[in-house]
Amino acid sequence: MNTVIKAEGIVTRFGERTIHDGVKLHIDENEIYGILGESGSGKSVLMKEMIMLLEPSEGEVVVLGKSLRDISYKDAQALRSDWGILFQFGALYSSLTIAENIAIQLKEFTNISKMMRDKLVGSKLALVGLEPYVGALYPSELSGGMVKRAALARALAMEPKLLFLDEPTSGLDPIGARNFDTLIVELRDLLGITVIMITHDLESIFSIVDRMAVLADKHVVAEGTLENVLQSEHPFVEEFFKNEYTKERFKDKVKNV
Amino acid sequence: MLDTVLQIEKELRKIPCDKKIIWDLSDVNDFDSAGVLLFIEYLERFQEEVSVEVVGYTHSQKEMYELLHKNIHEIQSPKKKSTLEKIGENSFEIYQDIKEFITFTGHLVYAFIHTLSNPKEIRLKETVYHIHQSGFNALVIIGLTSFLVGMVISYQGSVQLAKFGGDIFIVDTVAISMTRELAPMITAIVIAGRSGSAYTAEIGAMKITEEISAMRTMGFDPYTFLVLPRIIALMVALPLLIFFADLMGILGGMVAAAMQLDISMVQFTNRLYEVLEVKHYILGMIKGPVFAFIIAAVGCFRGFQVSDNTESIGHHTTASVVNAIFLVIAFDALFSVIFTELDL
Repeated sequence: MNTVIKAEGIVTRFGERTIHDGVKLHIDENEIYGILGESGSGKSVLMKEMIMLLEPSEGEVVVLGKSLRDISYKDAQALRSDWGILFQFGALYSSLTIAENIAIQLKEFTNISKMMRDKLVGSKLALVGLEPYVGALYPSELSGGMVKRAALARALAMEPKLLFLDEPTSGLDPIGARNFDTLIVELRDLLGITVIMITHDLESIFSIVDRMAVLADKHVVAEGTLENVLQSEHPFVEEFFKNEYTKERFKDKVKNV
Repeated sequence: MLDTVLQIEKELRKIPCDKKIIWDLSDVNDFDSAGVLLFIEYLERFQEEVSVEVVGYTHSQKEMYELLHKNIHEIQSPKKKSTLEKIGENSFEIYQDIKEFITFTGHLVYAFIHTLSNPKEIRLKETVYHIHQSGFNALVIIGLTSFLVGMVISYQGSVQLAKFGGDIFIVDTVAISMTRELAPMITAIVIAGRSGSAYTAEIGAMKITEEISAMRTMGFDPYTFLVLPRIIALMVALPLLIFFADLMGILGGMVAAAMQLDISMVQFTNRLYEVLEVKHYILGMIKGPVFAFIIAAVGCFRGFQVSDNTESIGHHTTASVVNAIFLVIAFDALFSVIFTELDL
């Protein structure tokens, strides 16, 4: 199994506040990797460090074999077309229609014809389960669930190798959230991409996540498959995974630990 | 009950603390958490002075007491800052702003050089769009403002000049002050209020909705895509607007002179040919791109400073307009000194 992302010795400080103090994890190819932890534990910050929006104070992040520190402009641009990012609230460009949003990278960075571009946009819309008419709408005209789907379509536009999802199911109704989970698994199997997601959603964690990292106390306190993580006796893991509700809801998985 | 707390507290204060206190709770038939907290507070106060014995409490009172006693947290009120501390904090903030602005300018220059060597990356469509938005759409307000200012100068000047019988000099006054100083300044101030604020708000809103982050992760450099088109557009549009303001200002002066001093338009125009050297016009125009750069750069810079709440858009928009107008005036003063020293 190839490692696509490796983070080692990550230290992040904002002023005097230390967010991470030696975070270490690795993500393998073609898996669905969850990043979880209580709020304020620096999940989003860690993801931002993987996608070059922030630079860690210390430590190294290697994405697709390239170290992000001192990366050249050209390598950085190449890397940026190798990943797609679904922001928590979509972050669709509000001045462009959905179709234009999906097409923008294709238009700027490739030289495929307009006809092909339109076809690709249509196929991405269908892939995420949106009707063709949605393409002509503006982001403000969509519902929350549709925004997430449209943003996912945009993230997939460049046929990425990595897909970063920031709380993909937050703000969706339970049925919508499960459909979204199914969609992510389908996409992973269909396109062979690696999915990295920040999530709080227990259903997603127990059903679709292959491996995960649990952030607490500025460190990764548990990493691995669900079974590995359940072995941990860290207070956060105890509270999050082994409370009355999860014990009842996911009997078969939690009991045997 | 809550409304009797104050009254009970007054009673409690009157209790002298010189001998042993026996606190009999058996007559208490109703109590709430405020009452229990009051009890805890005064029990501790009394205990500091003398020994206290509490009698006659019920089981439920004891339970409530234990629950609350466990969970007493002193609220930490935010520490009041001294004036010196506030001055220090504000100075540090200004220092940070300056440092960030230098970084911003650095990025900008880098993006500019980068696009120059890759002309394909110049965002021509956006630039033209912003020329239209900030330039063409501002024609009416700029025209009207400078027309009125021209009129005012002419009116005020004519009263003074008429005293000396130097009526015709009103042409010199209006034409030279308009082209050299007033038209560039008025245009810059109106544009700072109109476009500088718009740039801050647009970029700030994009920052809040994470659109800027999305752009970065997709490989669209915000400097090339958002900042450069706005700055270049304004640097093209502002000199053109200044030219228009020159015309309208002089026209305003002409109208007022005709009404107040009976100087006909023909007379006015003839005199204009004699006194208005082309250098005055050129000196006014030179300021245009500089003012434009200040307004657009400050507007965009403040936009990027917006943090994740809506209040900060308002705050930074205000700051952007105030900074831009101040810097425009400061640079205008600098230009005056330079031009005078150069005998222009």
